[in-house]
Amino acid sequence: MSAIGEPILELKNISASYDAISVLHDVNITVRRGEVMALLGPNGAGKSTVLKIASALMRPTQGSVNIAGHDLTGAAASELARLGVCTIPEGRGIFPNLTVRENLEMAARKGLAVSVIQERAFARFPILAERRTQLAGTLSGGQQQMLSLARGLATDPVLLMLDEMSMGLAPIVVGDLYEQVQAIAAEGVSVLVIEQFARTVLGIADTAVVMSHGHVRFSGNARDVDEATLSSAYLGTK
Amino acid sequence: MQQLVAYTIIGLTTGAIYALASSGLLVTYVTSGVFNIAHGAIGMIAAFSYWQVRFEWGWSAPVALIAILGVLCPTLGLVIDRVALRGLAQATEVTRLTATVALMAAFIGIATWIWPPENRQPFRGFFDGNNVSVLGVNVGWNKIIALIAAIAVAVGLRILLYKTRLGIQMRAVVDDRSLAELNGARPARIASASWALGASLAGLAGILLAAEVQLNVVPLTLLVINAYAAAIFGRLKSLPLTFLGAMALGLTEAYLLWGQGQSWFPETIGGFSTAGLRQATPTIFLFLLLMLLPQAKLRAGAARVRERSAIPQWNIAILGAAVLVISSIAVTGMMTRSNTIYLIQALIMALAVVSLVPLTGYAGLVSLAPLTFAGIGAVLMSKMPGDGNIVSLIAVVVVVALIGAVVALPALRLEGIYLALATGAFALLVSILVFNQGKIFSNGVAEVPPLRIPGVDLSQPRPKAIFLSVAFAVVGLLLVALRRSSLGRQFVAMKDSPLAGATLGMNLVRTKALAFAMSAAIASLAGALDAGKVAPDNYTFDRSLPILLLAIVSGVGSIGGAFFGGMLLGSNTVLASIVPSITNITRVTPGLIGLSMGRNPNGTASQIATGFRPVTSHPQSLLTALSGIGALWLLTSVDIISHWGFFAALVIWGLGIVPNLPALAVTSGRSRVLCLLIAAVGMGIAAFFDDIFEAVPTGGRLLAIIVLFVVVGNAIRRIHTPVAPTTKSSPDLMGLTGFTPEELSQSDRAIKVVP
Repeated sequence: MSAIGEPILELKNISASYDAISVLHDVNITVRRGEVMALLGPNGAGKSTVLKIASALMRPTQGSVNIAGHDLTGAAASELARLGVCTIPEGRGIFPNLTVRENLEMAARKGLAVSVIQERAFARFPILAERRTQLAGTLSGGQQQMLSLARGLATDPVLLMLDEMSMGLAPIVVGDLYEQVQAIAAEGVSVLVIEQFARTVLGIADTAVVMSHGHVRFSGNARDVDEATLSSAYLGTK
Repeated sequence: MQQLVAYTIIGLTTGAIYALASSGLLVTYVTSGVFNIAHGAIGMIAAFSYWQVRFEWGWSAPVALIAILGVLCPTLGLVIDRVALRGLAQATEVTRLTATVALMAAFIGIATWIWPPENRQPFRGFFDGNNVSVLGVNVGWNKIIALIAAIAVAVGLRILLYKTRLGIQMRAVVDDRSLAELNGARPARIASASWALGASLAGLAGILLAAEVQLNVVPLTLLVINAYAAAIFGRLKSLPLTFLGAMALGLTEAYLLWGQGQSWFPETIGGFSTAGLRQATPTIFLFLLLMLLPQAKLRAGAARVRERSAIPQWNIAILGAAVLVISSIAVTGMMTRSNTIYLIQALIMALAVVSLVPLTGYAGLVSLAPLTFAGIGAVLMSKMPGDGNIVSLIAVVVVVALIGAVVALPALRLEGIYLALATGAFALLVSILVFNQGKIFSNGVAEVPPLRIPGVDLSQPRPKAIFLSVAFAVVGLLLVALRRSSLGRQFVAMKDSPLAGATLGMNLVRTKALAFAMSAAIASLAGALDAGKVAPDNYTFDRSLPILLLAIVSGVGSIGGAFFGGMLLGSNTVLASIVPSITNITRVTPGLIGLSMGRNPNGTASQIATGFRPVTSHPQSLLTALSGIGALWLLTSVDIISHWGFFAALVIWGLGIVPNLPALAVTSGRSRVLCLLIAAVGMGIAAFFDDIFEAVPTGGRLLAIIVLFVVVGNAIRRIHTPVAPTTKSSPDLMGLTGFTPEELSQSDRAIKVVP
């Protein structure tokens, strides 16, 4: 299942730095319509920075961010969100002091009623319906992740970006969540998944990018990511 | 019975006003995460403005209300949010708290400036003179309106925060700002909205309150303490509890007012007057509530900390101490007696400011009470037998240190704003209940004896000034030793991550108590060494605020910064006493300087220190700098340049030209010639300062020196460094915008991230 759709997210020649420390060097990544891309690499490879730049939480020092063909370098994160870029950051991606219902309401905006969002979210994750008046911070880790996924998907995104979704969750929960991700991609949503643990995600990804030290080391079909590519990125061996 | 009803109604209506004030405080805190110390000051400004348009300009009440609550207050809120706080979103709680302290100081200054205390026409409440009979008691309309407004606001806020999109977004932004942004919320706009709303609520409370207590800058501002108490009762979260707390407070005050009129009420307890008790009620309330709060959860490392301060180096510290002592000997030799007395005041202030270095700078704990400890030091010194014996001084310092530790103990469970409020409440309590006692300050004055040192007469200004600079130098060196010791590292570790500290086996209670004790001990010196007649007014809460402010602004982690801050405070009094017309400007400056923190959370001193760093590592420049100072000294001692000229030239040379020397050494061609020309002209003007500014009074001269220094320094800097276009900085660059791409790649190479 190779991706053939038009480019949804294009990062062109991106360089970025924290303070004076450069963390990304001339990174090029393209995610196409309906494609699940796995972004892999060891700790400190720059994966999360790529995500921050793609969601406009951070500005690159060089290069451009294109969403569905429009140059949106330097736009506000809220603007991208309104254009259908849905990012679920590392951690749980929920507002712990708001109720489940209010968390879902955060996704509501013009042309999208709260009731519709709730309906969709509860259809996908029925457990959330039972917990609707509970503070989101009191949910279990898996439920919190469901909530953030549900909220993101209710907005009909064109691009879904997930950062380390599996962190701190039981393997069985992770399996369930990734099944949902696969279903979402089948609906035509482009997905960019960041994972430190490669195997979980390579099973569902179409394409993969492997990074280390701020450089893209491999970019291509997910099936072509082999032991050698990974270990050279993770361990620095040739 | 009738009386009970009457006082209950008074209590409830006062409580209603407190509830309005605290709900505004809560709205801004809950939605922007900033505890607005200046909340009361906004209400005060609103009350004065309302008085201005309603009674001076004769607008009708509805128009005046719309103008103040609908236009002025929201605008004020927006401006505060945009100008003062936006840059501090990533800063620590301490810095943000201080920014609002700065606002408060600025507002007090502005209000005293625009509306100087004088006989003015009274502030009349709504429908003044008309009463309503409630249960047989005549109640003024103002009180009824307060009650109705409080209920309306309570219901309105509940709906806003829990039922509307905007309200939910407001709460979401506090929970996780960037996540809210990822969901399409616009945090900046939401924060602005909440500040506008909070300011309007403060304004409403201020106007209603002014009708009850009349216009007065500081009392109206401090009435915010009531709002704090109520908000803490609601744990800074719950609106219903906050309203309950406000009502309880209003009732307690009303019943106490009633009790004080009764014969059974004791006038003195243990020889101490109870007159201040009612005034102190909200503060006692606040203090008790804070003591009852549960232990703060240990915080893990705050990764977003922007403030950094370098470990002080011995060689620089010793050099600094020596320069301070030598220059104080030299400078006081040239100064007039009255100027020396101003210098003494500035040095006393510097001691008070430096007392915050171990506490706030190293340990990250805020105190709003540095001058209270100075006051206790002064009182103890005046009561101590031995008449200025050095042993009594040591005893005073030890006792105040113990008091500091004891006061800190109950407060130790608190963190951040709670701790700051507890120290503020302590300061107010001591002011109202202790310093106002006839037993403590007899007739409002205490006589602090000068310290007796054989062969030195410390009652004379010059020896006193020199002695104080020696004292400051010694304290400074001790602090350097502290910072470099294991205890100092523990302080810093506690600031960075109490959790990590505790897991490494650090005793947090002991460490915090020690930090407080040390700070109190240093502050006590500022009182005990200030020989002469002192009044309780010197040590009030609102005077402590500029101390904290200047400590933070000038860089609370550095001793040099503390000295700079003290001098700044001192120079304010100098300017104010010599040029009365600029008093108002100096009154506002600390506040305005405080607001500059949004751009530079590390403080001014670190900025200056950064400027000097290249000089210290460039031998030629260092040599040039020192020979320049030597030459000036020589020219002055043979009377070629006057004392004013010496001072001016020293400032221009030291602050304006020296930091540029290393860069000048590598500049060539025309720009170098131009720089040297500017430097020469600047020094020339400075050296013959007396002849040029013959007719100008001291304050004007000081201003002229500052202007000259800024002009010369900036001109040289502009010319020798070509300003490269900077790329747009990313938010993750933490607000550092001044780096060129070349500099960034240079540092990349330096730390070997790229070959």
